[in-house]
Amino acid sequence: MNNKKVGLLAIGMCLLMIAASFSGCVTEEESEEMVLIFGSSGDAKRLDPGDVTDGESIQRMDNIFEGLVEYEPDSTEIKPCLATSWNTSEDGLNITFNLRHDVKFHDGTDFDADAVVFSLARQYDTTHAYHDYGEWAYWGYMFSDIDRVEKIDDYTVKIVLKRTNAAIMTSLAMFTVCIVSPTNAEEWGEDVFKHPSGTGPFKFVEWVKDDHITLEANDDYWREKPKLDKLIFRVIEDASARLMALQTNEIQGMEYPDPSSFDAIEADSDLQLLTEPGMNVGYLAINCGYGYTDSNENGAHDLDEPWIETPGYSEPLTNKKVRQAINYAIDKNSIVDNLYKGTAVVAKNGMPPFMLGYNDDIEDYSYDPAEATKLLTEAGYPNGFTSTLWVMPVSRPYMFDPSKIGEAIQGYLAAVNITVEIYQVDWSTYLEKTEAGEHPMCLLGWSGDNGDPDNFMNVLYGENACSIGTAGNVAFYNNSRVQEVLSAALQTYDTTERANYYEEAQVLLHENASHVYLAHSNQNIVFTSNVHGYVLHPTSRKFFYPVTIE
Amino acid sequence: MKWYIIKRLAMLVPVMLGVSIIAFSLIHLAPGDPARTMLGERATQEQLNEIREKYGLDKPIYVQYGIWLNGVLHGDLGRSITTHEEVAKEIGDRFPNTVELTIAAMIFAIIVGVFAGIISATKQYSITDYTFMGVALFGISMPVFWLGIMLMMIFGVFLGWLPIGGRIDLLIPFQRVTGFMVFDSIITGNFPALISVLRHLILPAIALGTIPMAMIARVSRSSMLEVLRQDFIRTERAKGLSERMVIYKHAVRNAMVPVVTVIGLNVGLLLAGAILTETVFSWPGIGRLVVNAVYERDYPLVVGCILVFAIAFVIVNLITDILYTRIDPRIQYE
Repeated sequence: MNNKKVGLLAIGMCLLMIAASFSGCVTEEESEEMVLIFGSSGDAKRLDPGDVTDGESIQRMDNIFEGLVEYEPDSTEIKPCLATSWNTSEDGLNITFNLRHDVKFHDGTDFDADAVVFSLARQYDTTHAYHDYGEWAYWGYMFSDIDRVEKIDDYTVKIVLKRTNAAIMTSLAMFTVCIVSPTNAEEWGEDVFKHPSGTGPFKFVEWVKDDHITLEANDDYWREKPKLDKLIFRVIEDASARLMALQTNEIQGMEYPDPSSFDAIEADSDLQLLTEPGMNVGYLAINCGYGYTDSNENGAHDLDEPWIETPGYSEPLTNKKVRQAINYAIDKNSIVDNLYKGTAVVAKNGMPPFMLGYNDDIEDYSYDPAEATKLLTEAGYPNGFTSTLWVMPVSRPYMFDPSKIGEAIQGYLAAVNITVEIYQVDWSTYLEKTEAGEHPMCLLGWSGDNGDPDNFMNVLYGENACSIGTAGNVAFYNNSRVQEVLSAALQTYDTTERANYYEEAQVLLHENASHVYLAHSNQNIVFTSNVHGYVLHPTSRKFFYPVTIE
Repeated sequence: MKWYIIKRLAMLVPVMLGVSIIAFSLIHLAPGDPARTMLGERATQEQLNEIREKYGLDKPIYVQYGIWLNGVLHGDLGRSITTHEEVAKEIGDRFPNTVELTIAAMIFAIIVGVFAGIISATKQYSITDYTFMGVALFGISMPVFWLGIMLMMIFGVFLGWLPIGGRIDLLIPFQRVTGFMVFDSIITGNFPALISVLRHLILPAIALGTIPMAMIARVSRSSMLEVLRQDFIRTERAKGLSERMVIYKHAVRNAMVPVVTVIGLNVGLLLAGAILTETVFSWPGIGRLVVNAVYERDYPLVVGCILVFAIAFVIVNLITDILYTRIDPRIQYE
């Protein structure tokens, strides 16, 4: 090709692009279908419900797969889904489920007991032919109390527990235990995560990596067919670009709007902002000084595992009065208003207010620097002391802008003569070292998994969670009475009794001031104003089944 | 010439080996643990051990490298730790997108940059010269992120002429053949898709091409100025050639050697991940892939991407060197 031809080709391409820019109308064909394009902040990782932990993958799969039970649309109460009913044995160790007869997977396979056993056994049974195809992270973490799943007949299964677990039914509404098609898994083997086949309202159509995932309505759905014909998750990482795409109707919904754009969204009559309290807590954990080594890796503190000083042991912080002083010294209202930009509520307990057993009678520590100084003097630190505050390097739903929150806390503590140096390290090292107790004080938090209080209280505040190296209780607050009531709460199915146990634990935690609970942040989602029927779920999971576009 | 090309391609082998050793060491020496990143706050010791064992992360780094190299020699770049997808597939899915964006950006940069450079040089110290060079300075100084957002606001939101981001209007049916969407829409005769793909290409190409455009404009100008002062130009003018012939037939070609160098370097850089442009315009390219892989300490994916970048860079440089000989016959390779 000679130079002239190359030049002509280049000029031709340019002209075509310029022509294309003015021919938008050609592409905007009116579609008869009801299609919702949702702007996500990232792409899914894998589309196998048992094998994911990230919100983006879960978001897609919640519309493709279903479990034996599901949540009510606006709460974490459970109701039947693929199981029509269930009963629990007297000792609470066997739960028998009766399954629906009229359900088919998207690949045409019948849903039955074999599918249930396959979906769960591949996760816990290390000899299962499909066990090596996943990491099954949530199984080890949430479902280790399940010993096995047995088929009774084609439409009856039994889940056998190792020990009673009052949270297991709410856990069974999680994505982890959604039922997958065994035939589909056999067909795709190692690559099944790219070819999901469930029983849910939408069927998988296409996945273009880092661009979009397309789902279409499942015409054979066992409930009424969804109103949307197509549901497309489009990846737009940048929040301002997501909002612009929404304003131009390229997408009809988006997650994680930037709080600084809320005023503009609310002023725009073509958009609607939906906000609900989130199931999370962000806190400052104060290292109380002692943890244990879980030598037998059973996740519990045993008598032969002595309490030893954590690497981040700091004498002043072992003193309850000092910890209370820190609680009095921090102005949480100001942090929520200015740094969470008003999209959160101030926390006074370690779990969200709408959960079972939340103790609303507790009176929070007020912002009172004078009281803080008085307590420090009583504790023997009239001139204060120096310490280190570990600050998360990443923003999480429960902690917007940790760096600024850290600096604010540094300022508040300086006002009562506690000199704090800020320490930051990359996220995985941060988690590793805080779980090993290397910090005197650290910022951290939690987003709930299943809506059960045990998933906050036992994970974050129990004595068993003080194991150095894998601690969930990064304040290393070890109180045997707290663990006693938390364990008792997990073993009783009586909700009033459970609530009482959790309320007592919160009183003890408040009194001992091992944490400064900062905030419960809201979940926010934006749609164009013609989208109806979307309900924000407390778990932040996204179900598009009831959604319609006017 | 043939031997020269073969020699240069053969040199890819030691270059790749060196690059892979450096990439492998750097990513493993950086703090952070993929198992921990994957499991987040919910890691149990047992699971951490299981994952480290499964991906061989518990082995010494030289053993890990040996296993990886053995895989590569058998044509297997491994699987991504986070997505479980084959690394070659992950890269293959994105690379055509990055190549298309790079080509579009360079077409914009070369046409506008060279043209602006020539005009500025021929009208030195005129208002046109100052305007073009002012725009070039502006182009070099603009953060891509800001420029991208501005382009989107003006042409997407206010004027409504062009889409905000992505590769194609998702409601248009599209059949993927090679992954190069412009090419695919042409060979499948899908005209609506072609129009949509080109419309989606314009803003990212301008955002990405602005800095190279500015560099090319400045280099073209100075190179042209130098050539225009040489004796042979005076001779040609004295011979009575028209100014247009003097400039476009004789001066431009002689001024192009340094410009081709700048173009070659920029193509290499753009291929190695236009991360900011890809993020702003939600462009599913290789830049975003590698940055996310680094965040997640996805070792096999990071090393795989770096290898591809290195190969692309070496090949683009080779093409640049060959182009020199076409432009200036005095340059010869043994």
